[in-house]
Amino acid sequence: MQHHPVRNSAAAVLTVAAAWALQGAAQAQQATVKLGIVSFLTGPAAGPFGIPGRNAAEILIEALNAGGAPAPYNTVGLGGARIEAKYVDEVGSTANQVTEFRNLVQRDNVDAVVGYVSSGSCLAVAPAAEELKELTVLYDCGTPRIFEEGPHKYVFRVTPHATMDSVAAARYATHSIKDISTYSGLNQNYAWGQDSWRDFVLAMKVLAPKAGVDKELFPKLFAGEYGAEISALLTSSSQFIHSSFYDGDLEAFVFQATARGLLQRMPVVMTTGESAMQRLGAGLPDGTIIGGRGPHGMLSKPSPLNDWFQKVYTDRYGVRPTYPSYHMAQSILGLKTAWDKAAAGAGARPGIDQVIAAFEGIEFQGPSATIRMALGKGHQGISEISYGTSRFNKQTGRPDLVDVVFYPAECVNPPDGMTAVAWLEGGMKGAMCN
Amino acid sequence: MLTAFAILTDGLVYAAYLFVVAIGLTLIFGVMKILNVAHGAFYAFGAYGSATAVGLYFDRGLPVAGGFLLMVLAGMTLGLVIGFVLERGILRLVYGKDEVIVVLVTYAVFLILEDVVILIWGPGTYPAYQPLVAAGNVAVGRLILSGYDLGLIGFAVVLAFAARLALRHTRYGRLLTVVIFDRETAAAFGIDVTTVYTATFVLGAVLGALGGAVMAPKIAVTLGIGVEVIVLAFAVVAIGGMGSVEGALVGAVIVGLCRAAAVHLVPQVELFVIYGVMALVLVFRPYGLFTRARPRRI
Repeated sequence: MQHHPVRNSAAAVLTVAAAWALQGAAQAQQATVKLGIVSFLTGPAAGPFGIPGRNAAEILIEALNAGGAPAPYNTVGLGGARIEAKYVDEVGSTANQVTEFRNLVQRDNVDAVVGYVSSGSCLAVAPAAEELKELTVLYDCGTPRIFEEGPHKYVFRVTPHATMDSVAAARYATHSIKDISTYSGLNQNYAWGQDSWRDFVLAMKVLAPKAGVDKELFPKLFAGEYGAEISALLTSSSQFIHSSFYDGDLEAFVFQATARGLLQRMPVVMTTGESAMQRLGAGLPDGTIIGGRGPHGMLSKPSPLNDWFQKVYTDRYGVRPTYPSYHMAQSILGLKTAWDKAAAGAGARPGIDQVIAAFEGIEFQGPSATIRMALGKGHQGISEISYGTSRFNKQTGRPDLVDVVFYPAECVNPPDGMTAVAWLEGGMKGAMCN
Repeated sequence: MLTAFAILTDGLVYAAYLFVVAIGLTLIFGVMKILNVAHGAFYAFGAYGSATAVGLYFDRGLPVAGGFLLMVLAGMTLGLVIGFVLERGILRLVYGKDEVIVVLVTYAVFLILEDVVILIWGPGTYPAYQPLVAAGNVAVGRLILSGYDLGLIGFAVVLAFAARLALRHTRYGRLLTVVIFDRETAAAFGIDVTTVYTATFVLGAVLGALGGAVMAPKIAVTLGIGVEVIVLAFAVVAIGGMGSVEGALVGAVIVGLCRAAAVHLVPQVELFVIYGVMALVLVFRPYGLFTRARPRRI
């Protein structure tokens, strides 16, 4: 047998190099956490919700990977591992959401999914997350049914559910409008609109028992033309209107109602109005009551984290972040808090069960609110919420918010173990507002 | 009494909206026998083009009247260009194919154009409310009517009369009527059916874009507006009879009044009423209200 020293040496070098490369690749893989980020990137909900949510995810992930976010989030990625994001469009049917979720888990092997704006998407994806044992953080959907209809192990929602929005809206309406005798509702005819109106009416029965409902209007989602609804409201004796309209529907209603003098005659309580304020600009009438599904955006208080978030977002995208951006930011920061805590406990890359254990019941600081995972056996967050009244600022040429009131989380959320409807029908017992 | 008046005016405003968006769809179907799903994209392009032009115009503080003219011209120009490009570039390749294939092609075109909208205008919203505000309003008791809405009713009436006059009293209109009635006989008599097809498709596209242009000040121009319109326009055209301009007008008035009555009197059925009316009409008149009886061909 003949030996060839040069060839053997080359083979040895190549073998060592290959082993080193494989080890490096394995380490790189271990040093990365793959996240699936799902949000509307096309369709009517993309502009007001989906894209602001995606934008916030990009900013947060970039800052966390660089270790450049403000304290206490100034460590790299999740537990020291850089985040690798895959963005998926939420557009399509609920069946499509489940298919895309399975693709993320089974083909792309993501470690966790953060996403979903639509309540329908969240309700469809939650069982799939349990089946596939995939850590999933729902970021913007509002339906309280997610954790009321049964416990979840793998599903979390940092963002408070929609009951908070309606209860705070009723509290603010009764605070700012005196001697209410009648009011009306204009809400989209699907789960979000109907649930929002139901919770608002139940809260009003507690807070203003003598006030009665005048008109209950449920136009089709994305109807666009609201002439008949505006006439019905103009001929009513309502003192104000409740609306959970969002997106183009909200803006179209404001344009049409303003042109016909409705909003000059009676104010509207807009539970999601904050997301449209920048676009409406001077088109938003004075006296409109504005909510933002939390103390977010123009309804937020300054803080180092909030100031940083607003600056980097505005610098990059040219507009200020609205509440969907905050919902995404606090969802990613909640996941980071849990992951870092689990990693510190494990002393290495944590397993999903360790992250889940760390996530349950935690309290952490979002850009604009302290979140406590207090409902749904520690899987559903609560926070304070604020409402304000629009007032046009001639100097800036934009509407400001005045008379902003903050309601503590315990004032506007049901206690753990009780459904929102049962709490509201029982007179909101145990609410702590001071 | 005020409620009855409100139902009448609201119904007519909604009917005007429906007629303006449906007339192009029914014209293309009547002549070319194509259920053009891309019509929703024409509406969207008209609305986006108009909103962009209106925004730029009013930002410069120019006279209001010019803004109305620009609003209409911007939408129609976009409809003209897109309609011509699509007809010459895509649709002429599938003439004579099975109807299902042609519908699928127009659906594919619709999806492509939706993405083109994102490429050009992005995912944001384009408000163009200045003409709506500039048109003012009129008070009738507690009811306040928008001047723009009243103008929209007038615009729809003028459009209906213009369509009727053009179809009955112009050479091209008569040619169109012949092709609608029987394409093969029209071709046998020497009518250049291909040219009529091109002109009709471009005209339908212009009308679709015009619908978007005049609606832009009332709506928030945003992604997905074309989807809603195509469903509504189809319901109106099905009620009136596919291919009938008079049918589209009557269908729009019926749907408009029924919907307004539902909102004022029984708001719980508002979502159902449009399709309920459509189903009721189709039970008794399967081809719609204004479709002529067809001889059976052997």
